[in-house]
Amino acid sequence: MEYLREVLTQQVAGYDQLPEVLQIFLPMLLACLLCLGLVALVPLVAIWGERKVSAHMQDRLGPMRVGGWHGWAQTIADGVKLLLKEDIIPAQADRLLFKLAPLVVFAGGFAAFVVLPFGERFIVSDLNIGVLYIAAISSLGVVGIIMAGWASNNKYALFGGMRAAAQIVSYEIPTVLAILTVVIPVGSLSMQEIVKAQSGGVFNWFIFEPVTFLAFWVVFLGTLAEVNRTPFDIPEAESELVAGYHTEYSGMRFAFFFLAEYANMFLVSALATTLFLGGWHGPGFLPGPVWFILKAVALVFVQMWLRWTLPRLRVDQLMHVSWKVLLPISFILVLAAGTLALWREGAP
Amino acid sequence: MQVEAYAGEEMVLNMGPQHPSTHGVLRLELETDGEIVRKVIPHIGYLHRCFEKHAENIDYPGVIPFCDRMDYIASMNNSLGYALAVEKLMGLEVNERVKTLRVLMAELNRVASHLLSIGTYAMDIGSFTPFLHCFREREKVLDLFEWLCGARLLYNYNWVGGVSHDIPEGFEAKTREFVTQFEPVIAELDKLLSYNKIFLERTADVGIISEEQALSHNVTGPNLRGSGIGWDLRKEEPYCGYETYDFEVPVGLGEHGPLGSCWDRYYVRVREMEQSLGLIRQALERLPEGDVHEHIPRRVRPAKSEVYDRTETPRGELGYYLVSDGGLIPFRVKVKSPCFTVLSLLPAIAKGGMVADIIAIIGSIDIVMGEIDR
Repeated sequence: MEYLREVLTQQVAGYDQLPEVLQIFLPMLLACLLCLGLVALVPLVAIWGERKVSAHMQDRLGPMRVGGWHGWAQTIADGVKLLLKEDIIPAQADRLLFKLAPLVVFAGGFAAFVVLPFGERFIVSDLNIGVLYIAAISSLGVVGIIMAGWASNNKYALFGGMRAAAQIVSYEIPTVLAILTVVIPVGSLSMQEIVKAQSGGVFNWFIFEPVTFLAFWVVFLGTLAEVNRTPFDIPEAESELVAGYHTEYSGMRFAFFFLAEYANMFLVSALATTLFLGGWHGPGFLPGPVWFILKAVALVFVQMWLRWTLPRLRVDQLMHVSWKVLLPISFILVLAAGTLALWREGAP
Repeated sequence: MQVEAYAGEEMVLNMGPQHPSTHGVLRLELETDGEIVRKVIPHIGYLHRCFEKHAENIDYPGVIPFCDRMDYIASMNNSLGYALAVEKLMGLEVNERVKTLRVLMAELNRVASHLLSIGTYAMDIGSFTPFLHCFREREKVLDLFEWLCGARLLYNYNWVGGVSHDIPEGFEAKTREFVTQFEPVIAELDKLLSYNKIFLERTADVGIISEEQALSHNVTGPNLRGSGIGWDLRKEEPYCGYETYDFEVPVGLGEHGPLGSCWDRYYVRVREMEQSLGLIRQALERLPEGDVHEHIPRRVRPAKSEVYDRTETPRGELGYYLVSDGGLIPFRVKVKSPCFTVLSLLPAIAKGGMVADIIAIIGSIDIVMGEIDR
């Protein structure tokens, strides 16, 4: 944001003549709008991408008509359709919570975009507790999911909401512990500091170090579960719970859940990119932000690939994976990372 | 529904009749304690179309289209059973070409039916891609049927004393082509789904039907063979000359957990498809000359008598009990449905499982509500 203000001061004549409040406020507004644009754009592309990826894995073509080239405008058309649909709230629903839930879910994903380091200077706010902030704010989504499940007054939705709560809370723990293995050697929670610690060539990325290499997989699996993707998609398991917590939602409210899901997919991939794949670092022929987005998109593709290949786990097996497999591994990794850091410092 | 009678801790969950994976319009009343299911009560009858009453008001050949509509996934096998029963009632003998064509179509239909069963089962477990791969293959069989008799699902093909159409020119080559390209698909399916770790975890220790349970509830077909009992009417009481074909009866082996699990039933179907391909090849090779309309009677009027005849459909033993009073219209047509008997076992095997297990079990017993409700 400071960078944005500098640019504005240099490029816009008379910007430094404005009142101090406006000088601070305008870059904030601009950054917010950019973020909002990104959060809206990412799901549009990701949804189209998912439909194409799934189609080609299943010997189909996917959308081919809307917009000409490979149906690129299909998601926009679908979005417009959802906007124009009738807004239905079940008669017995808790109206306030029912209306609030999609907003809470979406806000959680949206707010986390603030600390994503797209490039050396492309970051809305480099909070000194960036990693902690992401872990905290992205868990806001689960509150929205429980609200949706409860407010719908539908048993399937309730099942979905309860499953989501259990699942996200369980997977949060190994994920955050595994993230610690990166924080320990860097010594900072700031996203930019973590990226800068990985500068100086591809092999300085954390994924190429033994402890953090394992941590990467724990984080990948954990975040996969947090965004409810196959094989951990039990909160919205179609064949069991119809549509899980958003069974009763339609129109734009449903679209909000849908957008949030894809925004979250990108978010967790971006997080893994920042922590383990060197963030915006990359060979010099492409600018930093392009590398960052390319890496995140590659991880999003892996998520889609898994979704269209694997069946779904059962709820008890899911808990087993979290508490009995991932959690012990991440504890050991934290211990190993700490020991390694001490050894490198030469401390006794 | 007596909600008051429940202890209070349990939640009653109505699964169906509109639910993505109750395979039609089955309604299950689940008594759940969290994710654990304490009690399952199946409710049927949402697709009741008065088949048996209809049959008492039309002439014998007129019943055949109604037979097709019972198990709409395996119409060829349904009408075959009825045609055989009426022929037995009349003491009619058909020629070799008709017999071979019936075997050919029944086995093609068996492949299509098992493909649907396997595909939807994969979807029940949460895997979407195998479903579409299976449907792609099934489509090819349906194309063959469309070419043969004009219909893709409800064929009215097996008539009393013959079949409706002889095969068109080039049909044999096309069928051979399908069989050849389909064999590798089964191997692909094994890689993608059958031996997938998650799929095994979900199905190999779930919904166990023991040998005694299977026999006491008259479970038949792949469900019975999944429990390790190699009973197949095509071997035990051959019809249409099945005794002259060379094929095996796959049974569940309990390779990945207790015998009679969902996975065993699923895998019996996969291996039955392989056997069916072998049968199709043999039928195509022998296909004798003859007129398929040679023995079709001008008027179907059996003498006063009764008959029970059963055949092996993709879902198990389908029995027809026919009573004739000597007129043009059957006095009584009673159907013994394989899906009904296996569904009666559901409360026993689903008790104590989780909600996700109920879905896995329903998918693995492969029921078609059209046949249960009739």
